[in-house]
Amino acid sequence: MPLVLTEEQSMLRDSARGLISDKAPVAHLRHLRDSKDETGFSRDLWKAFAEMGFSGLLVPENFGGSGLGFVDAGVVMEEIGRTLMPSPFLSTAVLAVSALSRGGNEAQKSAHLPRIADGSLLAALAIDEGAKHRPLQISLQAVRSGNGFRLNGTKALVVDGHTADLLIVAGRTGGAAGERDGLTLFLVDAKAKGVAIERTVMVDAHNAARIEFSDVEVNADQVLGEVDQGGALLEGVLNIGRGAVASEMVGLSEEVFGRTVTYLKERKQFGKLIGEFQALQHRAAQLYIDIEITRAAVLKALQTLDGDFDHAGAAVSVAKAKAGTTATLAVQEGVQMHGGMGMTDQFDIGFFMKRARVCQELFGDSNYHADQLALMKGY
Amino acid sequence: MSDLETFRRETRAWLEANCPPEMRRPMTSESDTYWGGRNAKFSSEPQRVWFERMRDKGWTVPDWPKEYGGGGLSPAEHKVLREEMAAMGARSPLSSFGIWMLGPALLKYGTEAQKKEHLPKIAAGLIRWCQGYSEPNAGSDLASLQTRAESDGDDYIINGQKIWTSYANYADWIFCLVRTDPAAKKHDGISFILFDMSSKGVSTKPILLISGYSPFCETFFDHVRVPKSHVVGQVNRGWDVAKYLLQHERAMISGMGERGVGRPLGQVAADSVGTDEQGRLDDAMLRSQISTFEVDEAALAAAAERAVDLAKAGQSHPAFSSAMKYYGTELNKRRHEILMSAGGIDALEWESDRSRGGARPRAWLRTKANSIEGGTSEVMLGIVSKRILDLPGA
Repeated sequence: MPLVLTEEQSMLRDSARGLISDKAPVAHLRHLRDSKDETGFSRDLWKAFAEMGFSGLLVPENFGGSGLGFVDAGVVMEEIGRTLMPSPFLSTAVLAVSALSRGGNEAQKSAHLPRIADGSLLAALAIDEGAKHRPLQISLQAVRSGNGFRLNGTKALVVDGHTADLLIVAGRTGGAAGERDGLTLFLVDAKAKGVAIERTVMVDAHNAARIEFSDVEVNADQVLGEVDQGGALLEGVLNIGRGAVASEMVGLSEEVFGRTVTYLKERKQFGKLIGEFQALQHRAAQLYIDIEITRAAVLKALQTLDGDFDHAGAAVSVAKAKAGTTATLAVQEGVQMHGGMGMTDQFDIGFFMKRARVCQELFGDSNYHADQLALMKGY
Repeated sequence: MSDLETFRRETRAWLEANCPPEMRRPMTSESDTYWGGRNAKFSSEPQRVWFERMRDKGWTVPDWPKEYGGGGLSPAEHKVLREEMAAMGARSPLSSFGIWMLGPALLKYGTEAQKKEHLPKIAAGLIRWCQGYSEPNAGSDLASLQTRAESDGDDYIINGQKIWTSYANYADWIFCLVRTDPAAKKHDGISFILFDMSSKGVSTKPILLISGYSPFCETFFDHVRVPKSHVVGQVNRGWDVAKYLLQHERAMISGMGERGVGRPLGQVAADSVGTDEQGRLDDAMLRSQISTFEVDEAALAAAAERAVDLAKAGQSHPAFSSAMKYYGTELNKRRHEILMSAGGIDALEWESDRSRGGARPRAWLRTKANSIEGGTSEVMLGIVSKRILDLPGA
């Protein structure tokens, strides 16, 4: 498989870019933030996403979607990264769809997937509990009760948690924190008794929530996949999310970089364009190279997820780790090279810096994934 | 089954049947590389067998046309062959500046007669080439070179000095940049010319490097007579050929690290550093350096693969090899710094058999040239900023 986009994928990119750059430039995010919008994204735009087939992009065709792959999802995520468009695409169209289609039974799939594809159902994945992403440390308790389970615990950084209709919750039905066995995924109605959702306003003005589960009753048919065996399912879904967020960071990095290079060609000091100074030229060139190398690593990871899912872990960790360090560098260089203007809220660059910070933490930062890679390689 | 899948299956079977087991192990010394040439000697029987079998299939230069001794493979087939060779750890059967640098330039700029004369001998490993580019006063500023070629009937008379000529003392022929018009602007008076190193007036002197080895030479030309028909491309337009060749040279150097071959670096480090109860490398800071390095290394491998695929799709920027050269060489230097740190005091031995003659420190020191040869890292960044990013000035 050549490590370039196919013609169809390039067309998908063009249509996503057309819609997103037209309807959701950075000003769109700024407006949602400044007006303290209660939803945090535009439901009209999500409808447009559904009409374009984006919300059902990963949904199999027999459940009303387009049945495309992870490279295609990455193409859309990259365009989202360019304008920082707030959208349930990651939480619902990528993560929830992946969890349902990989772990769900027929009844669960037909209940939810068609409604995600047509844009009428929003979902969120509730995984993290502590300050850092440590999926095996999950300790939300799921104790057997009647023919189902009773959930107790708290989740943090639940992306789109306050707007979701359906929560996919990782809990512990057995084993101890740190163990892979004993994890189970549950489908929980966001309005169920005992679910308390607090929208957490985040540095990047994107949606996230803390959710407390107090004696929340779930039935046996709300278990996604096998009881106690959710670890592998979760890891697979997380890998898809990591690939998607890495794509978002590629788009984000490239946009910041493009804006910065433009600025280097416009801004004059000491009677020269600042882009004439070698000190800045070489830093810009290094960043360009980092971004190109990152783009290749991310595409490699997505292609591996599409072609050899069970062996994609190393490629995904490489992509997420590299995309994190590159995005971190890109936004820092972006602010620094814009000088004082880069520090102003009026200028868009700061939005990219804030989003990059959140993307780093989502599903494991660069340190986490370098460590994972070392473990996979046996040292 | 697609044609490509059939080709993959047949290639794998052929390699399995024909690549001797000894040629599937990582190289450990300079003599494991076969360079060809008039005075070439094989260091082992498996090395000879492997070379000859690959040569007979045209697979020393798999993607060159068959009429010039190549394998005539399509880009997709060539990629399959590379992947299958990498999968079994098969060594390259023939290393050669003729293959990596001169060949591509001849295929683009050479006359039919020049191609017929030189390419088959490169493919068959009969002639070993060296590169006459740098001069004592023309390093990063290569185009200021002063070696003169003066017209004398059907010949040029060449006078001057080259430096950093890799393996000039073993080479049969040289591809050389000479000034044919001293009055023109510096880029406009240069020609690209080929001649036999056994010509009267050519002499070489090895330069002892910090590694203790002498892979580079000073090369002197004292009234060397060369037929004008040996100029490749147009007279005084040699800079075009030189730049094109440099793209290939940079691609070659960026790929010089031992990426993905052999055991993971962290396991190599564990041999000397040891592991803790959980099997983790028993030096948390070193482990973190290595894993960060391996992230970058895997990302670079993907970028190298993508660069080839982009070129095939006609989407690559001609200056991108400078980007890869920069990243690949800086990364290779990091690899060897890590290896030295992992080896600790054992990596400091310079002569003992135990240290294979100081292989590790010598290799470490050798890598310091990676970011200098073929254009320094600073020159590469300058090329990227001007030619790709279109930044203003100078």
